[in-house]
Amino acid sequence: MSEVPVQSRIVVLVKQVLDANVRPRVRPDGSGVDLANLKLSMNPFDEIALEAAVKLKEQGEAQEVIAITVGRGKAQDTLRAALAMGADRGILVECEPELEPLAVAKAAWSVITDLEPVLVIAGKQAIDDDCHQTGQMLAALLGWGQALCASRIALSHDHAEVDCEVDNGRETLRLPLPAVVTTDLRLNTPRSISLPNLMKAKSKPIDIVASSALEIDVRPRLKIVEVREPRVRSAGVKVETAAEIAKVLKELTVA
Amino acid sequence: MKTLVLAEHNGSAVESATYAAIAAAALIGGVEVLVAGFGCGAAADEAARLEGVDRVLLADAPAYRDQLAENVSALVLSLMPQFDAFIAPTTSRGKGVAPRVAAILDVMQISDIVAVDAPRVFRRPIYAGNAIQTVTSDEAKLVVTVRISAFRSLGVRDGACEIVSVSQAEELGLSELIGSDIVKSDRPELASAKIIVSGGRALRDAETFARTLTPLADRLGAAIGASRAAVDAGYISNEYQVGQTGKIVAPEVYFAIGISGAIQHLAGMKESRVIIAINSDPDAPIFQVADYALVGDLFEAIPEILEHLGA
Ligand SMILES: Cc1cc2nc3c(=O)[nH]c(=O)nc-3n(C[C@@H](O)[C@H](O)[C@H](O)COP(=O)(O)OP(=O)(O)OC[C@H]3O[C@@H](n4cnc5c(N)ncnc54)[C@H](O)[C@@H]3O)c2cc1C
Ligand SMILES: Cc1cc2nc3c(=O)[nH]c(=O)nc-3n(C[C@H](O)[C@H](O)[C@H](O)COP(=O)(O)OP(=O)(O)OC[C@H]3O[C@@H](n4cnc5c(N)ncnc54)[C@H](O)[C@@H]3O)c2cc1C
Repeated sequence: MSEVPVQSRIVVLVKQVLDANVRPRVRPDGSGVDLANLKLSMNPFDEIALEAAVKLKEQGEAQEVIAITVGRGKAQDTLRAALAMGADRGILVECEPELEPLAVAKAAWSVITDLEPVLVIAGKQAIDDDCHQTGQMLAALLGWGQALCASRIALSHDHAEVDCEVDNGRETLRLPLPAVVTTDLRLNTPRSISLPNLMKAKSKPIDIVASSALEIDVRPRLKIVEVREPRVRSAGVKVETAAEIAKVLKELTVA
Repeated sequence: MKTLVLAEHNGSAVESATYAAIAAAALIGGVEVLVAGFGCGAAADEAARLEGVDRVLLADAPAYRDQLAENVSALVLSLMPQFDAFIAPTTSRGKGVAPRVAAILDVMQISDIVAVDAPRVFRRPIYAGNAIQTVTSDEAKLVVTVRISAFRSLGVRDGACEIVSVSQAEELGLSELIGSDIVKSDRPELASAKIIVSGGRALRDAETFARTLTPLADRLGAAIGASRAAVDAGYISNEYQVGQTGKIVAPEVYFAIGISGAIQHLAGMKESRVIIAINSDPDAPIFQVADYALVGDLFEAIPEILEHLGA
């Protein structure tokens, strides 16, 4: 790979998830969460990732933005949304649904090595499985550096400078490119999709790659024994005055 | 099974997240703790006195000074032939290191467990805690991250275990820390606080947020938290956000003040022992989980509470 990539590409990982405003239903038999007929959307952190990539392109820091999703055929809806937000093209790695982060990372890895991007941006976590591991796994497989929970990304010709939200504040990392960055909510506010851009997206290309064509093992490694509703908390008592709250605090011996 | 626990530390002291990871690891097998850093001998000494720890591995070298995920995960991988499981707390550092270790070991990571049912059977929340998944793994090695608020520390003992050095340090040069802005506060840490006073969008602006909540937090010796709406509106910075995509807490008392109680917020605090909510809307969803609910204006209620507490 050349020092300064002629075609500097940014790859964004986008995942289709149950819409954040929909309440998931646990199947009574404990076999999982029922997604049938429920609204699916792009993982909110991936919208932030895509917005970051498109902004970098608009600033002239990148020439092409490619959105990749790993999943079933209908995940193409999420790629279309990515194209409408400004991605230039999309890649669907078509797999059976039981995908674990390791399998997603491997699928992305095998596609990305051919694309030679300068940067891969993913969400810090997907709001369904809440695993927060895919981006890091991908970085490890590629042998690249990582910056997680980004609230600022600046690119120079061979480095990225990233502000990362950490437990007790913020750290700034400098990474040689190529690298993997995951996004936090402070990074930006994703643009809403306009009708003309939605129409334009229809003519942008989506490549479909069968995971079976990639030499990777995407079998699930974990066995889900069951999925249950959490313990429910019942509502407590209504108190009438602030004085009663003070009394409660004293009784709890915290005050 | 032999487990290797990644210590969360600041160079001189072990942080509370480590205690939770050790407690979970002890349910899986024998525990050894890795302290990786530079000039971090004091943290290793402290780790050696923790209940449940058989041995401390100390990697003290400039390459680990900033505990960068790339260097630390390479170190962990070099140690893994001796261990059956790698366990890290679900912290910024743990989340950076564990998936890299899992990917190279070619095993799936089990993220953010809240219970150990058996050495290979774990429970973990999914969908913002709206469902609890029980998973099992029969892979050659286990890689697990542990939700801090879900495990109680095993405590400290009189004697100390052996500390051995494991410095085959390698600076990979894949990342470099060039700045940090770590919030130093006299308040208890959010993740381990016994009492949390959290505020939402109703607190209006940064100045009002601080002016209104600080006296109550000071009076109670509490940590301060916030909803995402409060963080997004700039009332307080990101590291105070409680919720699905913020911090997960489980204090003795959680005060939700002017917070509506969206599922993403509840995901971060509903394991609290006692929840007290103040909200002007009698139908606010927070009241469905609150043990004590006061319907009213927070700007009147808080001064009144303080007055009755004799502050
Ligand atoms: C044992 C097991 C069984 C499962 N069974 C099912 C099932 O039946 N049906 C089902 O729908 N899911 C199933 N899943 C969930 C699985 O498909 C998740 O998508 C996968 O675990 C990714 O984890 P995550 O979303 O928590 O990743 P995270 O690491 O939290 O995601 C971080 C980021 O990685 C990227 N990313 C994650 N997944 C994808 C993707 N697929 N494509 C592109 N980018 C992505 C995104 O940028 C995302 O923001 C199962 C998981 C397990 C462990
Ligand atoms: C993917 C995703 C992830 C998210 N992650 C998180 C997360 O981690 N944490 C989180 O908190 N949120 C998260 N959210 C946002 C969440 O959905 C809510 O938008 C947010 O929690 C609302 O914050 P709030 O309750 O402060 O604000 P609002 O919903 O605006 O509620 C303000 C409340 O204050 C009350 N109020 C107003 N004035 C007064 C007064 N004078 N006295 C008393 N009460 C008053 C109102 O009745 C109202 O109930 C996430 C959302 C998404 C989509």
